[in-house]
Amino acid sequence: MNGIHDLGGMHGMGPVDPETQEPVFHDQWERRMFALLMSTFAGGIYNVDEFRHATERMAPAEYLTTSYYEHWLHSLERVMMEKGQFDRAELEAAWAMVAEAT
Amino acid sequence: MAGHDHTEPPSDIALRVKALESLLLEKGLVEADTLDAIIDLYEHNIGPQNGAHVVARAWTDLEYKARLLADPTPAIAELGFSGVQGEDMVVVENTTEVHNLLVCTLCSCYPWPVLGLPPVWYKAAPYRARAVSEPRAVLEEFGVDIGEDVEVRVWDSTAEVRYMVLPERPEGTENLSEEELAALVTRDSMIGTARAGQE
Repeated sequence: MNGIHDLGGMHGMGPVDPETQEPVFHDQWERRMFALLMSTFAGGIYNVDEFRHATERMAPAEYLTTSYYEHWLHSLERVMMEKGQFDRAELEAAWAMVAEAT
Repeated sequence: MAGHDHTEPPSDIALRVKALESLLLEKGLVEADTLDAIIDLYEHNIGPQNGAHVVARAWTDLEYKARLLADPTPAIAELGFSGVQGEDMVVVENTTEVHNLLVCTLCSCYPWPVLGLPPVWYKAAPYRARAVSEPRAVLEEFGVDIGEDVEVRVWDSTAEVRYMVLPERPEGTENLSEEELAALVTRDSMIGTARAGQE
């Protein structure tokens, strides 16, 4: 697939910006996101290529302006819906529920 | 669908992850205890300290080094490191003639059992774009000076293979123990963006 993820050799991406003493995760939601992916992947609902394909279908502008674990969130939501594990209405209901609880 | 009123996701990313977690819990697709155990494992047990042991062993045991280069996956497993994202390992050796550098231009492939989870810069666009087109410039930014006469080999991960660099043993370390040597082996030295023992 010839998409935005195919970044090798692309110009204009700016300098590499390493962080000193970088933690494994930068925020609690990254921890949870990582574990959700690992756990559902281990469940065998989808394979790694299907997951990667979900990331590669992100809108290019969104891909470049969101962080790595945001890519994971996007792709896990998408692949779980495509595999019929839940539908959009159920996801929206979950969004409404957490919004209400805050 | 025309006229369908879509609810927008919460703008706060943490809330959106929380919603997904609660939905997956409700469906019985994940379990809270398992999620906690996974996080603990990758925050505390799986990291570059594992790869450092592999490198220090290779520096001190030539027979081990030969096995590591010839058939890396079982040689790494001998030291207790195996599993997800390390099923098919390739180890590339830095020498006075060759400097190896790892990248995954398409995403984030990285040898988890020996290096843990990759740093943000490894997964971000600038490194993925530039490591293949101007590796020497990238290495210079990381403070690695590569002589003109040294060949730079860049290894772009495929979906299956996971690479690890065996860095050069620093000079003047002949009398160090394996444990002391392991302390010189940094994450970046096993990616190729640093030398072992580099400050």
